[in-house]
Amino acid sequence: MADCNKTLQELYQFLDGQLTDGDRAHIAHHLDECSPCLEAFDFEAELRAVIRNRCTDTVPESLRQRIAQAIEAEG
Amino acid sequence: MADQATFADQAMPLMSSLYGGALRMTRNPADADDLVQETYLRAYRGFGGFTEGTNLKAWMYRILTNTYINAYRAKQRRPEESELAEVEDLYLYKRLGGLEAASLGRSAEDELMDTFSEAEVKAAVEALPETFRMAVLLADVEGFSYKEIAEILDIPIGTVMSRLHRGRKALQKGLFDYAVTHGLADHPDPDPQPVTAAPAPEH
Repeated sequence: MADCNKTLQELYQFLDGQLTDGDRAHIAHHLDECSPCLEAFDFEAELRAVIRNRCTDTVPESLRQRIAQAIEAEG
Repeated sequence: MADQATFADQAMPLMSSLYGGALRMTRNPADADDLVQETYLRAYRGFGGFTEGTNLKAWMYRILTNTYINAYRAKQRRPEESELAEVEDLYLYKRLGGLEAASLGRSAEDELMDTFSEAEVKAAVEALPETFRMAVLLADVEGFSYKEIAEILDIPIGTVMSRLHRGRKALQKGLFDYAVTHGLADHPDPDPQPVTAAPAPEH
């Protein structure tokens, strides 16, 4: 399909929400009709969700207290 | 002009995000603690310069980034950008994209969650050279827009996009190396076939 290259080039801008409404609609339309491109888009979107889910950290309570006290001490 | 008395209420809920960013940047819990504390103190002192109604998390990330660059980067050997290998587009998809097709009814997300542990994803992010790591963290973990990242890092939007492009591909390469150690993939194939595992839906 003629649009595949352009679609894949704009994959990240699409996922990043950085395309104009017109470009976005154009790509969405292509994805409706092209399952290989849709699969690639889904994979990248889900990979990103996994990266986000995996990169979580719990702030140590001692650090929270240290910062609260430091701010209080500033007055 | 923001009222300093409201700082704690607004800023304390952002600490998990900033702490995660600090850990990925410093790669060291003791340095991350110090970096987050310094960021909060500087933000508190400079809170008068924050405009209410704008993005406080972005404003604080800018302080965190500048503090990191000034205080911590000097201590580390800085990997050069040229150390980042060229990686093809859709690197991981071309190699692991068929995984979810192999087990019916599971999404790629489920498969990828099973494939990569928390420690592996964090290690893969932390292995990126610093400039790329910052861009990838801000976009993919924190969800900032290109414009916000440009402002946080003081670089043009075009530079944000190129760092993201190369950084994301390098991250995929790093993750793939973990998949190889799990036996999920063979040694890196220099010229894989594009994955088109699922047949096109019939209309």
